[in-house]
Order: sequence, then C-alpha cells, then structure tokens
Amino acid sequence: MKNKLLVVTSPHLKDPVTTSNIMLTVVVALIPTAIAATLLFGLRALMLICVCVASCIIFEYLYDVLTKQPNTISDCSAVVTGMLLAFNLPSTFPFWMAMVGCFVAIVIVKMLFGGIGKNFANPAITARVVLLVSFSAAMGDASAFVTPAFADGKISHIAGATPLSAINTTQVSGLGEIGNMALGSVDGVPNVFELLFGLRGGSLGETCIITLLIGGIYLIYKKVISPIIPLTYIGTVFVMSWILGVNPISQILAGGLVLGAFFMATDYSTSPVTKKGKVIFAIGCGLLTIVIRLYGQYVEGVSFAILLMNILTPLIDRWTKTKPFGGLAK
Amino acid sequence: MKMNLNGVKVPHHKNTMNCETVSMPVPASVTIPLLQHMGAPCTPVVKVKDEVKVGQLLADSDAFMSVPIHSSVSGTVTAIEDFINPNGVRTQTIVIACDGEQTVDESIAPPVVENREDFIAAIRKSGLVGLGGAGFPTFIKLNPKNLDEVDTLIINGAECEPFITADNREFLENGENVIKGIELVCKYLGLKNVIIGIEDNKKEAIGKMQQLVSGKEGYRVAVLKSKYPQGAEKVLIYETTGKVVKEGQLPADQGVIVMNVSSVAFVASYMETGMPLIQKRVTVDGSAVAKPQNVLVPIGAKFEDIIAFCGGYAKEPRMILMGGPMMGIAVPNDQYPVIKNNNAILAFAEEDALERLETPCIRCARCVGACPVHLMPAAIDKAVHGKNKEALASLKVNLCIECGCCAYVCPANRYLVLYNRMGKQMLREKK
Repeated sequence: MKNKLLVVTSPHLKDPVTTSNIMLTVVVALIPTAIAATLLFGLRALMLICVCVASCIIFEYLYDVLTKQPNTISDCSAVVTGMLLAFNLPSTFPFWMAMVGCFVAIVIVKMLFGGIGKNFANPAITARVVLLVSFSAAMGDASAFVTPAFADGKISHIAGATPLSAINTTQVSGLGEIGNMALGSVDGVPNVFELLFGLRGGSLGETCIITLLIGGIYLIYKKVISPIIPLTYIGTVFVMSWILGVNPISQILAGGLVLGAFFMATDYSTSPVTKKGKVIFAIGCGLLTIVIRLYGQYVEGVSFAILLMNILTPLIDRWTKTKPFGGLAK
Repeated sequence: MKMNLNGVKVPHHKNTMNCETVSMPVPASVTIPLLQHMGAPCTPVVKVKDEVKVGQLLADSDAFMSVPIHSSVSGTVTAIEDFINPNGVRTQTIVIACDGEQTVDESIAPPVVENREDFIAAIRKSGLVGLGGAGFPTFIKLNPKNLDEVDTLIINGAECEPFITADNREFLENGENVIKGIELVCKYLGLKNVIIGIEDNKKEAIGKMQQLVSGKEGYRVAVLKSKYPQGAEKVLIYETTGKVVKEGQLPADQGVIVMNVSSVAFVASYMETGMPLIQKRVTVDGSAVAKPQNVLVPIGAKFEDIIAFCGGYAKEPRMILMGGPMMGIAVPNDQYPVIKNNNAILAFAEEDALERLETPCIRCARCVGACPVHLMPAAIDKAVHGKNKEALASLKVNLCIECGCCAYVCPANRYLVLYNRMGKQMLREKK
C-alpha cells in the first residue's frame, strides 16, 4: 500500500442526490413554464427571467466575495430563486425594479440570515411582496398586466386586469350569486380552457396551469417535493371556496395558487419537516389565501399566505416533532 | 396499525453470495486483541514465550460483562502489547507466532450440559459473542432476569448490509447446525416459538431454511423485504412480531431473544466439539480486492494476510472497512486483525471510497423520512452544534441505532451519524 487510507465515519455509501442536483431538478421543472411564458407574453418575459436569474447569481457571488465566504453559487439555488421571482412578476416589469427584488431575495432574505437552509422566509415570495408594496403601480395596476389572446393562429396582447381581480371585485357585491357563476360568463373571466393554457392576464409564470402541473408532477415523481403541501393547499382552497360560495375552479386556476402550491410553499427551508407539520402548514396557507382574496384589500393572497405560514414554520416544527420508535414520554 | 419503519433502499452488492466458503491457511502470526466484545477487556493468562495450542484460553476477566478469548492457532506468544481498536478503545493484544501445526489443546472436549445453568456456563466458556456485529456477550443475552416471560427466539439472518454474504453462506453451508443450535437454545431456555428472519434477496437460503423447518412445530421463516436496516434488532423484532422494544428495555422485556444465525450455529458446533470460538467466516470484497470471496479465517489473522489469500489488491486501496459499508469502521491500514464480531473486510479503490464534502443543511427532511427509529437527525445536528442538551434529550438522540440511513440520503453530505454519536456523548456527560 503506497497511499494513506481514508479514515472517515460511517456510513461509507451515499445515494446520488445532492443539493445542487435537487436545485437543478427544480430548474428543469420550471423550464416548461418559462417556455410557455415566452410564447404567451413574448420575448420580454424571457428577458425578464434571464435578468432575474443573472442578478440572483451575481448578488450571491458578490456577497460571498465581500464576506470572504466560500463560493456558494454552485448549489444552483440562486437560479431557482431568480426563476421563481421572475415568474411572480408581470412581463412588463422594469428590469431595474426586478434587480431590486433580486437583491432583496438573495442578500437580505437569504444570505444575511446565513445562506441556503437558514432563511426563515421564502426569498422569492418576500421579494415579490416587497416589490408589491414598493412599486404597486408596476406590480398591481391593471395596466401592468397584458392578456394574451389567441386569434387567427397567433397571440396578440391587450392590457387588462387579471381574472382574479375581475372575479374577486365582482364577488364583493354579490357573494351568493358568484357561487353559481359559470366560468367565462362574466366579463373578464376566461373559460377553463383559457385558464389551463394561460390565455389570461397575470404574473408571467403563474398563468399556464398545464406546464406548472407538468413541472409539479415531475418534482413529485423525482421525490424532490412531497405531494402533501400542494394537494392539501389546493384542497383547502377548493373546500373553503365551496363553503364561502365562490367558484372553486376559478379560485384554483385564475391566480397564483398552482405556482405557489407546487413551487413556493414546498420550499424546504421555510416549510415544516414532518408530514403532520406539512399538512398544518398547507391548511394554513389555504385558509389565509381565501381570507385575503375574499376579505382583504388585495385580490391575490397566495404570497401573503405563504409568507405568514413561513413565519409560523419554526412553531409548527416544534409542535409536530416525530414520535421516536419505542421512545418514552419525558 | 403497523408503523412504517422507513429505512432506505441501498444497493445490495451481494457479489459473493454464491461463493462457497474457503478456509485460509494459517498465517505466520496472529494478533489477538483482548477486547472483542461489548464490555470489559480481558487480562492475559499467558506470558510472552509461552507455547499455546489451538483452543487454549489466552485471556479472561472477572467482570460480569466479559467473555474469555482463546488461541486460534498453535505457536509461541511473542508479545503482549498495547493496541488501539479500530473503534478507538485502547486495549492489549497477544501476538502469536504460528508453528503451522495447529495442535489442538488437550483440554478441548464437548461440555457436559445437564441443565440451564450448565448451558449458560458453557456458552460463556465458549467465548461466544453476538456475531452479527455488536459483539454482545451471548451468555448474558441467554440469561435474562425474566426468562419465564420469554417465549420466542428470533434468528437474525437479515444481513441487510451491502456486500456481506457470510450469514447467507452460514444458512446454505451450515443450515443443519443452525437448526441444531436453535433446538439447544430452545431446550435449555424453554422457548416455544422460533422465527428465522431472512431478507428476500436471499432466495436460496430462504428455500433451504423453509425446507429444514417444515413440520417443526412453532418454527417459521419470516421473509423480510430487502430494506436497510431490517437486521437492526429493534426493527427485526417489530417486523417479525409487531412488538416494540421500548426505550431502556431489552428484547427479553418484550418476550423475545434475538440471535444472529452464525452465533446460533456456533452453539451447536461447540456443544458437539467443545472447540471455542476461534475462527470466523468473513466476506472479503470491494473494488480493490482481486478475488472477492467468503473466507473462514482464524481470529487474529491480519487483513493484509487475508486479502493476500484473496489474490491481493487488484487496485491500490483507498479505504478499508471492517464490516459493511453502512456501519463498518474505516481502518487506517491493513495490519488490523479479524475479531469475533467482524463479518466483512472490504477494500475499495479511490473511485469507490466516499469522502463527504459537507454543505449546509437545506432542511429537505430526507433524513426524517429515512430514520427507522423516527428521529429527526437534522434537528439533532443543529442541537449538537448549538450544544443544546435539553433539545438533544427531547429529540431522543439516545435511541439512535447509528444505522446510517440519515447520512446515506443527506443531499448536503452532513456527517449525521457522527453528530448523533456526539449528541449521545453530550447527553451522557450531562448525567
């Protein structure tokens, strides 16, 4: 024997999953939606995604350099944050504002709290909320959103409100009737087909439900996420809409719920670790989403709901520890 | 409702499962450590320059939790020196230069056993410890305080560690002795039920044992799903009987005794011949070994000699393990000897030697989903680094069986088993 032997602690085997390939799997799962966003909203959407991804990587790199820490960009989590933040913005959003959002996401929410795994709030969601309150015109006005419409074999754009604002503002005046409302029967509310394929106004990555579902199912199949959070979250929204007399299908398909439930609420750092904890977390997200949408100032409640439940996650984790096999109560 | 004890699917690598055991010739010298069991180390009863014979007592102890150690060869004691076990415990070792004659000690004769006390005394004298890996003294295991409440003997033939096939060979080559050993244990301890647990990747062993137990009342072969760690004692007991061994309890408190298949077969051969535990079947495998196989080796034979017998190194070794890849100990060189509870020697080349590069925990909860005793390894990791003893106590780190499932699945390559061990140590210090 010429070389020294490696002496390390057991186990000496490891399955091939690593942090960076988990993050790359999420990127792959987001790509169909990025393509759909480009087709629906045009090249401006793709450019916005690229600006966000690049800004996130650069901010993380600069932070590492300035704080003299080992380079962390190779874990690819900044790419995921950048894509998710872009997905939460209207395609018309100014690039410099998006960069501010990326700074908030990466530097303030993630790195200052210790980097990957240590942040208590989802970086992309927090950044979206910051942008929403800071640049409300660019983020929330009807003029900020363009609605892709399919006619004569090509897609044209018209400025307009998002369907949720049409639904949820109409509904304030007539709680009872909306429950029986057929999709597409009210002005500004698309039909199910249009909702599924993203032919409606909204943030660039939230509209195409089909590609979001493909990505979400891929993540579940790859065991990157557990189906508990998305199913419980969407299920809670369905049941609560039903009970409160609004159309559950439009509540699920017309806003940011599918994007949020599969890609944002499932963030490891900011959601509970046990199955029971995940259920409580997702029910909380569902309840808050509906309450904010129907009774709050904002038409959309997904980001606020997830952010509030992120903050409760350490508490949920404390209440929902696993019960050790054979363990006696202390 | 039956609990799901999680665990992980590991690659089996049972390359040597069809390799019939071969005996290795007596090496030039053997090194016999005086601690080869869980408990107190032995003190030598021989001196340097003494002539010793095969089966002769070399060392014993007055401590309750200890087992005598015998010579595996005939020859001359050349040294009694300090030795650090691969697990870090400092002890002594007796070095014997072999004469190659293998002269058997005159005192070797089948023990006279008429009752349970004789049986337990004979088991102690045989030097038997749990051969599955933990090395728990068998005579203590077979002598529980509440024997009248114990009715079931579980034979652990799960062999869930990758690569190792020594127990599989025990079933195939020595199945009749396994049954004889079981019968002896049941006779003297008054046990009625026998469950032989084997993972479903050992079809031939299952077939053979099913044939041997057919028609025997109270016997059954439990075919276990191939899922690591099925052979962990608490897991095996739960999977075969549904009983939960609680914190602080021994299996006997739940009415069962678990014995490794090779241990129980040894009971039969000892009662027949009186030859103490002086040799061991080990699986020699790994990418750096030229000819992987199962070898019957004298206890105290050095890894170097055993690997030389297996064709030497095919590639430059980078890691040598004593035991399986999930729970085995990495040794710093190949001069270590085989001890009683050693069931494999694995030598890996550079490309197969895992060196972990730790990155921060991402809270993915894979460790929580893998832990067979339902602990939260990531939370323990955090509590250990925060030196939070209160949290460690409430997280029940003391229940960790160190199986390695958590670290196996960890995408951040955390040394989770190490942190669990540190957590246990911190809890012990508190008391």
